[in-house]
Amino acid sequence: MKRLVIALAAFALLCGTAFAEPVTIEFWHAMGGKNGDVTQAIIDKFNASQSDYKVVGVFKGSYADTMNAGIAAFRAGQPPAILQVYEVGTATMMSAKGAIVPVYKLMQEEGQSFDPHEFIPAISGYYSTSSGQMLSMPFNSSTAVMYYNKDAFRKAGLDPNKPPKTWPEVFADARKLKAAGYQGGLTSNWFGWIQLENFSAWHNVPFGTKSNGFDGFDTRLVFNGPLQLRHLTNLYNLSKEGVFIYGGRDNAANSLFTSGQVPIHFESIGGYGAMKSTCKFDFGVAMLPYYPDVKGAPQNSIIGGASLWVMAKQSQAQYKAVAAFLTFLSKPDIQSYFHEQTGYLPVTLAAYKLTKEQGYYKDNPGLEVAIQQLNNKTPTPNSRGIRFGYMPQIRTICDEQWESILGGKETVKQGLDNMVRLGNELLRKFEQIAQ
Amino acid sequence: MAKQYEFSSRRLPYLLVLPQMAIVFVFFFWPAIQAVWQSLYIQDAFGLSMIFVGLSNYVRLFKDPSYINSLFISFAFAAVVAFSAMTLALFLAVQANRRIRGAAFYKTMLVWPYAMATLVAGVLWLFLFSPNVGIIAYFLKHSLGIDWNHLLRAGQAFLLVSIAASWKQVSYNFVFFLAGLQNVPAALVEAAAIDGASPFRRFWSVVFPLLSPTTFYLLVMNLVYAFFETFPIIHQVTEGGPGQATNILVYRVYKDGVINLDLGASSAESVILMLIVIGLTVLQFRFVERKVTY
Repeated sequence: MKRLVIALAAFALLCGTAFAEPVTIEFWHAMGGKNGDVTQAIIDKFNASQSDYKVVGVFKGSYADTMNAGIAAFRAGQPPAILQVYEVGTATMMSAKGAIVPVYKLMQEEGQSFDPHEFIPAISGYYSTSSGQMLSMPFNSSTAVMYYNKDAFRKAGLDPNKPPKTWPEVFADARKLKAAGYQGGLTSNWFGWIQLENFSAWHNVPFGTKSNGFDGFDTRLVFNGPLQLRHLTNLYNLSKEGVFIYGGRDNAANSLFTSGQVPIHFESIGGYGAMKSTCKFDFGVAMLPYYPDVKGAPQNSIIGGASLWVMAKQSQAQYKAVAAFLTFLSKPDIQSYFHEQTGYLPVTLAAYKLTKEQGYYKDNPGLEVAIQQLNNKTPTPNSRGIRFGYMPQIRTICDEQWESILGGKETVKQGLDNMVRLGNELLRKFEQIAQ
Repeated sequence: MAKQYEFSSRRLPYLLVLPQMAIVFVFFFWPAIQAVWQSLYIQDAFGLSMIFVGLSNYVRLFKDPSYINSLFISFAFAAVVAFSAMTLALFLAVQANRRIRGAAFYKTMLVWPYAMATLVAGVLWLFLFSPNVGIIAYFLKHSLGIDWNHLLRAGQAFLLVSIAASWKQVSYNFVFFLAGLQNVPAALVEAAAIDGASPFRRFWSVVFPLLSPTTFYLLVMNLVYAFFETFPIIHQVTEGGPGQATNILVYRVYKDGVINLDLGASSAESVILMLIVIGLTVLQFRFVERKVTY
């Protein structure tokens, strides 16, 4: 009997070492379609690169679906190790102290060499504390840029290789394009993100107090300043002239541009690939315009997209696996591959350099414009990003008020003041909960 | 009176209904109880901190002009959708019930939209009325001089979601009305005809009263549909806009709960919505049902 026990124990020990199951961690993401394939390919590469850890990628639907799934799983006591969360969920995630492990802390504890300075500042800064500690790992990042229809520029007698640099130039060109027979001159996606958040950062004016929310939840929105008022008034007046065409919320205005009806469009660089495959005309990508009389403009634009959060309630071995995977993700060749395959921006400076050396930007100059725009200047407290609770709702409020302004239900000033007032009510509520 | 069956064991009948009751409890009562409970708290998304606030989530809602606006819009929307979907379906059912060539074909065609997902119905109508690429929008603009832009015009947006929601529900109502009409004894209608009643009179005084159980059932179902199941249409076509012109209650519940992760407010909204629909149903059973002849 004793012998049998020893034999069994020896056998078990043998199994434990020789056939060690890799430590498995789950990675829940919102990358569908082509982006999902690329994400899975990277996971496969990681799994093939070593035998200790195994990452299982699970597609959970939209950003909101993925975040909800992660939250529900946490409440049920079984969160995934890694959860992809869109940029507007950042304040919610970082305030959930018992639910997440900050990335800088994890990397420190697991002894992974991890230098935040290797990252593009405008990207890593968005997900860091104001003292530079990275809370989550940037994954897919984009920024807002200007797309313009080169064929239309030629038709209207404008130089297709000299896109307008300032807002006054954009407005003048847009009027000319309209006069040349186009349905309208300019349109825009993502009103709140592009025309308010990025607009404010690009001109180095605050969107909210406390460094746009980075320095505490007792922050207030202040984007109803004179510059934003001036900009929205200009857009409103152009809308009355039929030069600015409102295309709907989110990315609904794309069809106006891709169908050739409106030649100047503001959209995420994340839509670059889709533009290339749908536009039947020659188009260019240019940096966001600015008002030349604003001191310090242009500053740098801010990002959109999503980052990876490390969740609580994992085992020690699993955290080791997470750290190894995150280190793998930030390798230049992996970043460069993701960048070229999806159109999202590389998150490290080394990956940008590598992509450039490979000559990728010769055929895809638009992507480099976006990176240059993020790197235009060292981010300031006004241009590092925005961090507010209930941010998805704040963007909805902006959409709603903007529609009421354009529909003539309220003046530009009233609408802008309403956005700030209603947004601040939400921020006070968030402050109460996020103590 | 139907013959009653006596169970030999007293426990057996309870055992037999138990599975169904379990499902009802787990999927209907339990979430409803949770919603009531959560509506009394404010909490962060992860449930790490919960603060009991009593009824202040409700107070906040009723002090919010945009919520009062949503209430009005929901009632208006429900009334418009239920009325138009039912009258149109009744009209079509009466027409299809006559002896006409190809009646089976018409009936099949009229039932088809019901097989379509509500979301797809939304996409379809959105494409037709899209201000930039929609053919109906194009026709309205170039033939009738109506500048269709539901992205900015509140009235047009409301009209569009009402049309889409009604269209989707017509098929369902049609099936029930047609079945109801086929149960109306021909002898009654013929007797009325011999007495000299006009076709309208025959319909209004003979057929319609006999249809009242069907109509009553459909009224309840259509209101429930308009309050809850039209969500995908709003989501797809307007996202509650322009401004908040089509922001019906159920869409708010989704926005606040799923997108904004504000469970307290979202729960309070869903509890109010639940009370409204329960209240409407009770009212109908107490007052409308009296006029129903079975």
